[in-house]
Amino acid sequence: MTNMAEDLKAEAPFRAGTRLEVPPSETPRRSKAPRRSTRERKARTLDLILYSVLAVLVIGLMVPFIWMVSSSLKENNQVLTVPIQWIPTEFVWSNYTDIWTRIPMMGYVQNSLYLSVIITCLQVLTGSLAAYGFSKVRFPGRDVLFLAYIGTIAVPWQAYMVPQYIMMQQLGLTNSFNALILLQAFGAFGVFLMRQYYMTIPDELCEAARIDGLSEYGIWARVILPLSKPALASLALLTFVNTWNDYMGPFIYLTSNRLWTVQLGLRSFVGQFDAEYAMIMTGSVISVVPILIIFLIGQRYFIQGIATSGMKG
Amino acid sequence: MTTETINPAPAVTQGRGNRKQARRNTLIGWTFILPNFLGFLAFTLVPVLAAFALSFMEWTSFSAPKWVGLANFQRMLESDTFWVALRNTVVYALGHVPLTMALALLLAMLLNRKLKGIGFFRVAIFFPYITSLVAVAVVWNMLFSPDSGPINQFLHSIGIAEAPGWTSSSDWALPAVIITSVWRDMGYYMVLYLAGLQAIPSELYEAAEVDGASAWQRFWNVTIPSLRPTTFFVVVMLTVSSFKVFDLIVVMTNGGPGRSTTVLSQLIYQEGIGEGKFGYSSAISLVLFLIVLTVTVLQFKIQQRRER
Repeated sequence: MTNMAEDLKAEAPFRAGTRLEVPPSETPRRSKAPRRSTRERKARTLDLILYSVLAVLVIGLMVPFIWMVSSSLKENNQVLTVPIQWIPTEFVWSNYTDIWTRIPMMGYVQNSLYLSVIITCLQVLTGSLAAYGFSKVRFPGRDVLFLAYIGTIAVPWQAYMVPQYIMMQQLGLTNSFNALILLQAFGAFGVFLMRQYYMTIPDELCEAARIDGLSEYGIWARVILPLSKPALASLALLTFVNTWNDYMGPFIYLTSNRLWTVQLGLRSFVGQFDAEYAMIMTGSVISVVPILIIFLIGQRYFIQGIATSGMKG
Repeated sequence: MTTETINPAPAVTQGRGNRKQARRNTLIGWTFILPNFLGFLAFTLVPVLAAFALSFMEWTSFSAPKWVGLANFQRMLESDTFWVALRNTVVYALGHVPLTMALALLLAMLLNRKLKGIGFFRVAIFFPYITSLVAVAVVWNMLFSPDSGPINQFLHSIGIAEAPGWTSSSDWALPAVIITSVWRDMGYYMVLYLAGLQAIPSELYEAAEVDGASAWQRFWNVTIPSLRPTTFFVVVMLTVSSFKVFDLIVVMTNGGPGRSTTVLSQLIYQEGIGEGKFGYSSAISLVLFLIVLTVTVLQFKIQQRRER
């Protein structure tokens, strides 16, 4: 047998890396009783090294956020200093109160919220209804229709934004929320995501409900919806965050300042007052915080939704 | 009465009742689909089809549509800006795809272990992906400030005297955008790779170990081949998203300085919505679509051949 210490060093990253169920310290082979303590101690040291490596890595990757928050609490002339001040010498909390009067931030937040909530509700409702039709009701032409949905997911949105724009112009809907709601609330993505999930629900359940005399709408509302809460949560969160973060949609359609979303307002603030570094960072923090909160509450659903659908909305 | 089955019984058993049932199913099916389908038809499907037709028409905001055949494409191929945008898009993809993939895999390997609190690290690395793009662009633009931005300060401190001008230099603006987008996207692809790594059966590693394979050999001969389906998916997604790059460019550099970061999507926007050249911009749209389609089909073919 080779030297155990070397052996362990060589195997650990891979063994630990690929076997979630068995932590490295419990690898069964070779761990004879008298040797266990050394082995455990080694494993613990290894863990410690790993933690430090990971901590350094994550802090390194989080530098933009750290810098954003720190800058948002400074005076403008303190932001781009040499050397960098990671912690403000004086915390300028007033940035966070001034920004609301400096730009109509409250209005922007309201607009963003309005759009995100309406689009999310419509997308989840129509998406889950259509997904039921596509997965649990059998009728001629259904699969061709679904193929049309899938087909458009493959077409980049940028390739048809101009016809969409012409259409909205003809309808007189440019510079209104309705344009964005109509364009974003009926996406194929929601139907696709929900259908993926409904396919995993056995048809026998619906069958049993039918025998019990439930109508199709009843089955959707009382059997399928309660069962698909995780998928509904995924879709709702992804849609909400995508709408909140959307820049191009509002950029193309919303021209008057009173309709602007947080993203547009922030971008225009940067354009107008490009030397107000601290205030710009304050605005950035405010635009990110709602997403952070939502993400922390529902991160499980985010990751599941993204992993099952393999795409962003 | 028979029970109301939505899945029609084989056609042989009942004749008329079955047809009636089928008609009922069609009706019910459509009522479920309709609310979404109406919106989808009007605002996605019709525009998609219209984009194809428009690319063969001359239509501006001042003139009526007129069929012109391939004239738009000819004009596009003769346009200098189109080639610049195409080149920038390809360069962006060539930087963004391999870097994001390599870093995502590296992070996934590092974070694929059972440690207390590992979830925190994963979530932290994933977070940039869902952060608002404007905030990301704004922060990175400042980090990239040529004179006293943190990045150049760091470069100075490690002895690089002539630090690049990043977004204010036409040579370095595209690399700056690529770095930002790699940082933003790698957490997402890391999640995909984590799922892939966790699906590899541990027996494979044990067998390789018994055969005396070193860690490096195990990585090349077990991990990489087992991850092939994931890698295939990641490459397709990454390539497609690279060719579609749009909002990050608009917010970070708006195509500048000069035309040094102008990409295809942005050109479509400028020509179509900015200047109202509907037909011409649709020709560029078609090119973008064909590139995305070709890349996807090509990668599918390669994947198929490998599996055989």
